[in-house]
Amino acid sequence: MAVAIIKKLLRLVILLFAVSLLTFLLVSMSPVDPIRAYIGTDMLLVSPEQREQIEAYWGLDQPLFTQYVQWISSILSGDFGTSLIHRVPVTEVIADRFFSSILLIALAWLMSGMLGVMLGSVAAMKKGSWIDRVIRGYCYLLLSTPGFWLGLLLLMVFSVWLGIFPTGLSAPIGMTTGDITLFDRLYHAILPALTLSIIGVANVCLHTREKLIDVLKTPYILQARANGYEGIYLFRRHGLRNMMLPAISVHFASFGELFGGAIIAEQVFSYPGLGQAVVDAGLQGDIPLFLAIVLISAVFVFVGNWIADILYLVLDPRLRKRGNKS
Amino acid sequence: MKKNMIIPLFLFIAVYILSFLIKDTISVDLANKNQAPSLSHLYGTDWLGRDMLLRTLKGIQLSITLGMVTALLSTSLGLLLSILATVNSYMDKMVSWLIDLFLSLPHLVTFILISFVLGGGFKGVVIGLMLTHWPAITRVLRAELLQLQTMPYVQISKQLGKGFWWRARYHFLPHLFPQLMVGFTLIFPHAILHEASITFLGFGLSAEQPAIGIILSESMQYLSSGMWWLAFFPGLTLLMMMLLFQRFTNAFKHHLERDRSYEHYTNG
Repeated sequence: MAVAIIKKLLRLVILLFAVSLLTFLLVSMSPVDPIRAYIGTDMLLVSPEQREQIEAYWGLDQPLFTQYVQWISSILSGDFGTSLIHRVPVTEVIADRFFSSILLIALAWLMSGMLGVMLGSVAAMKKGSWIDRVIRGYCYLLLSTPGFWLGLLLLMVFSVWLGIFPTGLSAPIGMTTGDITLFDRLYHAILPALTLSIIGVANVCLHTREKLIDVLKTPYILQARANGYEGIYLFRRHGLRNMMLPAISVHFASFGELFGGAIIAEQVFSYPGLGQAVVDAGLQGDIPLFLAIVLISAVFVFVGNWIADILYLVLDPRLRKRGNKS
Repeated sequence: MKKNMIIPLFLFIAVYILSFLIKDTISVDLANKNQAPSLSHLYGTDWLGRDMLLRTLKGIQLSITLGMVTALLSTSLGLLLSILATVNSYMDKMVSWLIDLFLSLPHLVTFILISFVLGGGFKGVVIGLMLTHWPAITRVLRAELLQLQTMPYVQISKQLGKGFWWRARYHFLPHLFPQLMVGFTLIFPHAILHEASITFLGFGLSAEQPAIGIILSESMQYLSSGMWWLAFFPGLTLLMMMLLFQRFTNAFKHHLERDRSYEHYTNG
């Protein structure tokens, strides 16, 4: 087990290294001028000599390879640089937004997981009936729905017309950080999380349905049916456990989609999370912040896939035995 | 069976062709600005009095064109890379590693990264979409090819001295064709939705382009003043188009997987 974990961590390190190198090379090829992004509209006041001095100070006159080595070594020592738009260390910006994003993603992930498994199970148990058709139709409808449009609709209905939920941000306006309660945070996260989870349901639901249908074709189900089990009892005794594992794994492996969805949901609801930060950083050329979030998202996806792998090993004794042999 | 396939595709293409009949410049009519949907303006008008139906159709046209180009490009890229992967085990490892690398970042983050590097615009969107959508199809094609390679007739052909590209052309390609078609039809709507979201976020097409993403991100400023039609109808139209295409894709997949289509009769 320990060896497996070390191997996995090594893979993560190699992956992060590759991602960092690739993104660094790509970003250095971009037309965005970091000095212009830093100084902004005062660019006209900067003389070429001053510009050269800034370049020398930042090490932009060094060859690309040296720049990369400097960047990666400072990251390894925990220094992600200073954000150009927020003018504070990148770690602070991220720490601030990380909680908001995780809250949003976790809420959405739980909601869509539970709803998806439930709908998928019902659809599979009633395969071919009108319920199955309705659920499947609903899933296909969601798969074709642009996430940001759904967000706009929810915003329009619940915030503008009905006024039940706030129109944006992660806390009430005009409150200091100390006064914000967890309830405020949750209250502001509900609508973006709802958007995210409504879209996320489709994937889990269709996968669950597919898996449960496979399970229902097995001989032991046939035996159980012959013994007189049916409906909810058959599902609980024989269907649920066998179908649960693949469904949960798929859900964990969907972290990448979820992160992408969060970017869009946060933008629609002006919810200050990592997604909004990456959009702002990209639009305004804030390279240090941008690179840091790219790395974080890679870790995020990796962890999701890793948990999915581990779940198989932990929950399925057959795989565990096979794993030990090889 | 056939009808399921043809009708959605026909409608889809009809809307696309229809959109070409609209003039490129939609007239500004300030006397009729901010009008709610009515019989003369089915989708209402925006703050410059432009008819939203025409704008939406133009946007759909752009989206479909973009989607088609990128789906074609990423399918070709997938095909090329999967064939390269079969050359030898070294190449195979390289390709698998590339797939893993691209799947290790969320699609949208990769996309933002590429648009950022290329400075957005049409070129940025096309390349970004191409580079984010190839891994899935390459995986499928690679698995298929690995299996094909062990087939006796391919081995015999190899022993008879047929070159690698000859085998690729005459043995692999005909077998991959259905997969390519399915891959294309799956990527196409995905690419359109991704294009709309990236444009919405501000990394994609520029604000002068009549894209759905632009229309929707503009409409956000008018939501609180109650102009719901600006966001509702363009999004709904995009959704309808996607649904039409999805119906076609499902029927098409079913049609290609004929060995599985008996399921229709036994469980229906």
